[in-house]
Amino acid sequence: MNRDSPLARFARDFSESRLALAGLGLLAGVLLLALFAPWIAPQNPYDLAKLDLLDARLPPGSKAGPGLTLSMYALGTDGQGRDMLSAILYGLRVSLTVGVTSGVIALTIGALAGVLAAYLGGRFEQLLMRVVDIQLGFPAILVALILIAVLGRGTDKVIVALVTVQWAYYARTARSAALVERGKEYIEAARGLGLSPARIVLKHLLPNALPPLIVVATVQVAHAIALEATLSFLGLGLPTTEPSLGLLIANGYEYLLSGKYWISVYPGVALLATILSINLVGDQLRDVLNPRLAK
Amino acid sequence: MSAVLAVEGLVTEFSTREGILRAVDEVSFSLAKGEILGLVGESGSGKTVTGFSILGLVDPPGLVASGSVRLGGEELVGAPEEQLRRVRGKRIAMIFQDPMMTLNPVLSIETQMVETVLAHERVGKAAARERAIEALGRVGIASPAERLSQYPHQFSGGMRQRVAIAIALLHRPEVIVADEPTTALDVTVQGQILFEMQRLARESGTALVWITHDLAVVAGLADRVCVMYAGRIVEAGAVGQVLDAPMHPYTRGLLDSVPAAAAPGARLHSIRGSTPSLARLPAGCAFRERCEKADDACASQPPANDREGRRVRCHHPLC
Repeated sequence: MNRDSPLARFARDFSESRLALAGLGLLAGVLLLALFAPWIAPQNPYDLAKLDLLDARLPPGSKAGPGLTLSMYALGTDGQGRDMLSAILYGLRVSLTVGVTSGVIALTIGALAGVLAAYLGGRFEQLLMRVVDIQLGFPAILVALILIAVLGRGTDKVIVALVTVQWAYYARTARSAALVERGKEYIEAARGLGLSPARIVLKHLLPNALPPLIVVATVQVAHAIALEATLSFLGLGLPTTEPSLGLLIANGYEYLLSGKYWISVYPGVALLATILSINLVGDQLRDVLNPRLAK
Repeated sequence: MSAVLAVEGLVTEFSTREGILRAVDEVSFSLAKGEILGLVGESGSGKTVTGFSILGLVDPPGLVASGSVRLGGEELVGAPEEQLRRVRGKRIAMIFQDPMMTLNPVLSIETQMVETVLAHERVGKAAARERAIEALGRVGIASPAERLSQYPHQFSGGMRQRVAIAIALLHRPEVIVADEPTTALDVTVQGQILFEMQRLARESGTALVWITHDLAVVAGLADRVCVMYAGRIVEAGAVGQVLDAPMHPYTRGLLDSVPAAAAPGARLHSIRGSTPSLARLPAGCAFRERCEKADDACASQPPANDREGRRVRCHHPLC
C-alpha cells in the first residue's frame, strides 16, 4: 500500500502534465505581479499628477519622463501619457480581485444552495433547480448587462452581476455531487447517530461534494475575469478611475487602426495569459480529482 | 421483565409506480434488556426496512403506515423529527452493513466520535475525547489514543466496523439495531466481532436486533430469532427451538439450504422458485407457491399459531 500522504499524491499526480505545471507557474507569476504591483510598477497610474500629456501614445521603448522608476516606457504609453506596464500591472490587480471575489461569493452561495437542495429534496429542490435552469437559459452577458443597467455602475455592482450570473453553475454541480454522497451509507449513519441536519449538511455533505466544485471554481473564475473584461470593454464595467484590463483594451481600441497597437495589445496579452493559466490549472485539477480517471 | 423495545403491528409501505408495496407487514416483536434477537430472511424480505423503520429513518417514497415502536415506553412512530433525533444515537443506535461506507472518508475518527458525543451531551471536547478512547478500547482496538487521530482509509475493514460499533456504543444505548454488520468481513474477523458484541450486550445490558441472512451467526449469537418472508414474520421463537425443530416450511427450507447439512458430494438443497415481487404477492400465504406442503387452505391468510412461547404463521406447521 502506498504510504504517501494524500497531499503528496495529489502533488505528484498534478505535476504529471508539463503543460499544467507551466500553467501553474504562469498563474503564480501573474498572481505575484498583481499582488506586488504597487512595489513593482514604474509609475502609479492612478496619480494624475505624475502623468505628462506630452508623453502620450509613445511606442514601447521610448525614453521615460522623470516620474518613472524605469528609464523607459517598456510597453509604451496610452492616450494620457500613462506608462502601459504600470497600467497593466494595476489592471491585473483589479481584474483578479473582481474575478476571485465574485467567484468566492458565488461558490459559497451556490454550494450551500445546491447541497441543501440535495439534502432536503422535495419542493425546495424542485424550485431551486428550476430557477437554476431558467438562469442558465439566458446568456451570461445579457443577464450581466441587464443587472448593470438596473443597478448602475461600480465595482460592487459588477461583483453582484458576476455572482448572479455564476452561482447557478455552482449550485447545479454541488447538487449533483451531493446527491451522490447523500445516497452513501455514512450520511444515513450520521442521521442514525442523531446529528443535527445543519451539521450533516455542513460537515459531512459539503466537504465530500467539494472536489468537483473546486474544478468548476477555477473555470468560473476565468469566466468571471473574461466577463468583467467584456463589460469594461463595453464601457459598462468598473469605474474608469481604476481601469481593469478590459477598460485598458477599450482605451486603445480607437488607436489600433493608426498603428499604435500597444495600447490594446499588451493588456490583451496579459488577459490572455491570466485566463490561459487558470484554465490549464483547472483542466489538470479536473483530471486529478476525477475518480474515474484515477489509476 | 418489561420490554426495552416493543414493536407492534409495524407496517411500512413504499408508493411506487406499480402501486403501494408493503415491505414490512404487521411485524411485532419485543426485546428485554440485554437480549439478542436475530432477524433472519432472504434479500428483499424486509429485514433492513424493519430496522430503518424502528429508527424512523425510512425516507419517501417509503412511509411507516401504521403500528407502534415503543422504546422504554416512548412511542417513536409519528414522533416529530427533533424528538427522533434526540433518541437516535443516544438511546437507540444503528450499525450498518458496509464498514467501508459508514464512516465519512474526509473526517478523522476523532471528529466523528466527538461530534456524536456532543450531539447528545453538553460536555467539553476533552471529556468527549476520553469517552471516544474508552469506547475504542471496549471494542478491542489497540492503542486507541493514537488511532483516534487517523482517517477511515487508514483502517482495515474489520477495524472500521469496530470503529462503527464503538461509535454506536458511545452513549451506551438501550438498543442497537445491527444490519448485517459482519457480512462484508472475513470469517475470523466476523467471529471476533460477534464474540465481542455478545460480551458487550451481556455487560452493558444493551439489547440487540441483529439483522442477518446467516443462520450460523444467529445460532451462535442470538437468544431468540424471527424469520421474515415477504415482509412478514413467519416464525419466531427461542433460537434452539426454531433451529432444531422449525415449524414453518420456509424455515425448514432455509436450514436445509445451509451447505453443512448436506453430505459431501450430495446435491445441495435449494428452495424452488424465488422470492415473489412485493407487487405480485399471492393471496393468502406468501410462501405457498414455493412450498411443498401447500394446498387449497393456503389460499387464505394463515393463522398465527402460538405454542410454548413460539409463534408460527402456517396452515400446516411441521410439528
